[in-house]
Order: sequence, then C-alpha cells, then structure tokens
Amino acid sequence: MADPPVRAAPRATFQITVNGEARRVDVDLRTTLLDLLRETLGLSGTKKGCDHGQCGACTVLVDGVRINACLSLAVMHEGQQVTTIEGVGLPPDLSPLQRAFLERDAFQCGYCTPGQICSALGMLEEVRRGEPSQETLDLVAEIVPLTDAEIRERMSGNICRCSAYPQILEAIRDVAGPLGAGA
Amino acid sequence: MRPFTYERAESASGAAKSAAETPGARFLAGGTNLLDLMKLEIERPAHLIDVGRLPLARIEETPDGGLRIGAVVSNSAAASDRRVRTRYPVLTHALVAGASPQLRNKATVGGNLMQRTRCAYFYDPAKPCNKRDPGAGCSALGGDARGNAILGASEACVAVHPSDMAVALAALDAAVETVAPAGRTRTIPIDALHRLPGETPHVETSLEPGELVTAVVLPPPPEGRQEYRKVRDRASYAGGLFSLALAGGRLALGAVALKPWRATQAEAALAAGATPAEAADAELAAARGTGRNAFKITLARRVVVDALEGGPTR
Repeated sequence: MADPPVRAAPRATFQITVNGEARRVDVDLRTTLLDLLRETLGLSGTKKGCDHGQCGACTVLVDGVRINACLSLAVMHEGQQVTTIEGVGLPPDLSPLQRAFLERDAFQCGYCTPGQICSALGMLEEVRRGEPSQETLDLVAEIVPLTDAEIRERMSGNICRCSAYPQILEAIRDVAGPLGAGA
Repeated sequence: MRPFTYERAESASGAAKSAAETPGARFLAGGTNLLDLMKLEIERPAHLIDVGRLPLARIEETPDGGLRIGAVVSNSAAASDRRVRTRYPVLTHALVAGASPQLRNKATVGGNLMQRTRCAYFYDPAKPCNKRDPGAGCSALGGDARGNAILGASEACVAVHPSDMAVALAALDAAVETVAPAGRTRTIPIDALHRLPGETPHVETSLEPGELVTAVVLPPPPEGRQEYRKVRDRASYAGGLFSLALAGGRLALGAVALKPWRATQAEAALAAGATPAEAADAELAAARGTGRNAFKITLARRVVVDALEGGPTR
C-alpha cells in the first residue's frame, strides 16, 4: 500500500502590529506568538525559557496587557498590538525602567530581564487600574498601595535563577513613583 | 505539536455546531492550558475553534440581584470587577490565588472551569494514565501522589481538579450557562458540571459533545462571611495542596477531589449545632489517603476548623 500523501501543515496569513509597525505574516498555524516574534520577525529580545508558561521570560504586552507569549498562538493575535522589549527601548534611548535595571544591577545573566521589564510595565498599569492581587487586603479600596510585598507578589510569574530579586524590586520601586508611596 | 486547522467562531451556537460536526475539534479561548498540553502532545486536536473573540466578555447584573460573568472574561477582569470584589470577595480571593498575573490576564473564566488536572502522571506520556489513555491504568496509585485526591477518588484515578476559582463558585452556589450544538441553552449547577472519576476518569464534565460554556451565573451574595484559604508549597504561583472557600453558611474544599468539593456533610452538621471540629470530622469521615497524600486529611481538618472558628486568614 502506498504511503499516504504528506500534506503541508495548515498556515494562516494575517496582520499584526509589533512595536508600532504593522506586519503581514504567513505562518504555520502551530506558531506561537513567541516563535513568531523570535523566528519569523527576528525580534530575539523576547526570551524562550521554559516554553510552558512557568518562567515568565517570554512576557510581552498585547494591547498593553502582559501575557506569556509562549502559551499563545500567533494567529490568535491577528489585528492586535504587541510590544516587546525592543519596543520598550533600545540603546541609547532606554526607558526609565531599563535604566533603573542598569543602575540597580538588577540582573546577572540577563536572560530573564526582558520578561521582567515587560512584566513590570504591565504590572504598574494593573496597579494604576486598581486591580487587586492576593496581597491586597482591602478589596473595596479604589487605590492599591504598592508595597514591597505587593511588588513581589505581582512579579511572581517571572523567575530569576540568578536570584537578582532584591535589585529587581529596587528598580521597579524606583520608577513606580507615586504608586510606590505606600511602600 | 500536531498540525491542526483553525477557525475563529462568530457565534456561540455556531461554535458549538462546528465542534459537533468537526472530528477532533476543541474550543480555544485563552489557550494557557490547552496549548501547554498540545506542546506535550497530551492534547492532539485536529481542529481548533477560537471562541476568544465571541461577545461573551461582559459582566452584567441579573434580575435577581446576582451577576452573570461571560465565559471569555479573563480571570484578571473577573477578579478586578468592582461588583465581584464588593459582593463576592471570596471569588476575587480565589482567582488571585491561582496561576500568575500573566496567566490570569490570558486565561478565561470558561477555560478555568475546563482546565485539566495537573497530576504529574497525567502530564507524563511515558506513564500509564486512565485519563489520557482509558484502560491503561493509574500510575499515581502507589506513585508519588502527594497532591492527589482524598475524597471521591477511585481505583481508576486519584487526580484533583486544579481550579481555585471553581472552589469559590461551589461555595457561592454558582451555575454555568451553556449552548449545545442544536442551539439549545441550559443552566448547569456548578456541582453537576464536573464528574468524579469512577471507572471513566476521561469523562470529566457533564457537557455533551460540542456543548460550549457561555457564562457563569452567581446568585445574590449570601449573608455572612466570605473567605478563601489556600495551602501550598510556596507562597505564590503554585497549585494548592488544600484550599477552602466559605460563603455564608456554605463551605467548599479544593485540591481534595476531581471536582470542587461542596462540604454538604459539614454544612449539615453546623446547621444542627455541631462544633467546627465535629463538622470537619463529619466531612472528612470518608477521606482516604493513597500513600504520600495522607497528610492532606490532617491538613484539611486543621484548616477547616480554623476557618470555621474565624482564625486569621494569614
């Protein structure tokens, strides 16, 4: 009996905006958002750590909200706005949070850093919107005080195996501004 | 990952119809659990029906003073909704006790209910698992089943349901709205949605093939205290070893069974004037360990008693 014909995996063509630039892409449907960014678009700043949503290295912002790019199909993001670390800032025009990471020495190997920074930017927006965490004791209050315990809890989806956590906390606190007044 | 075809659903009933008509179809919402399992080839759908953009992302008041939470509302949005926070704090506390912020931003309320167990043997394709491969056997029995079930388990499966949110929904007496392939809608009490394993642990819910969860409905909030407690190996971003949701006179236990466990025995005992310890004993009389998880019976008893006595939550 002849072998069954080998069929190409189904593909999709769609538009997605990455770091403000509209891109038309054609990918195997199985392509994750993470692989689209790194392999198709060459934006290797976003890192692949575990590829299973456990480490946070692949954190990017989609329509301003932080997610794990590894646990999403690229095609699910048709028409949406994705921001990666390259869109946050490139030398010499670094963002305040990127400068704070440098000033506080908030990394050793640096592999988790793009995810930490994108995650922290999304986290600060969540706090500005008053979203609670499990550290938030008063669910009725309009304003969430950004204590150190709140920052630690809200950043628990990003693992740093060099354990630069104290410096990451300091860097985030540096840019939190008035949000961190409760610290 | 195995190849699959993909469609973006335009209506809930259309999605259900397509799911019934397309062999190997699965619904895709946030994807945080399904895509993880597809990478491991534990899930091998031939077709994905993306329901993530259906107009089911609203939270609205119901005429009786409850809330209807659309199935594709994110876990974060549900936890942050001001009505949920003020009237159903146990639900917010349960939601923010689960997963990580990134996952909660992506995961949906419907997907949270439909997520699959985190039993290590279910996740390891090299090991027999009746849930993955019916009839293969259960490796967790006699294995390192530290986190597994102490209530409602069977010889075929000792896994637990991983959801925190569902435990709060059980204590709130919530219901789930669905649409079936023929367009018929129905409302399923949360307690009837998930099934205990019995001899068919691969059949996880009472949903029919193609039936899609469209909303979670909360009745008016009960009078009295609401509380969620979770015990785990680290303080954040870890599955529960035991959890508990209190809402008025209702009590539900998490991480003890393959479904959120409504503690009806304890509730009845309390209503008849029993002490917290007597109520806990009434509920846990049927609890059985399967080896390394036997400590969970003691753990459950202590947490139930402390919560009923009104001890501090942290």
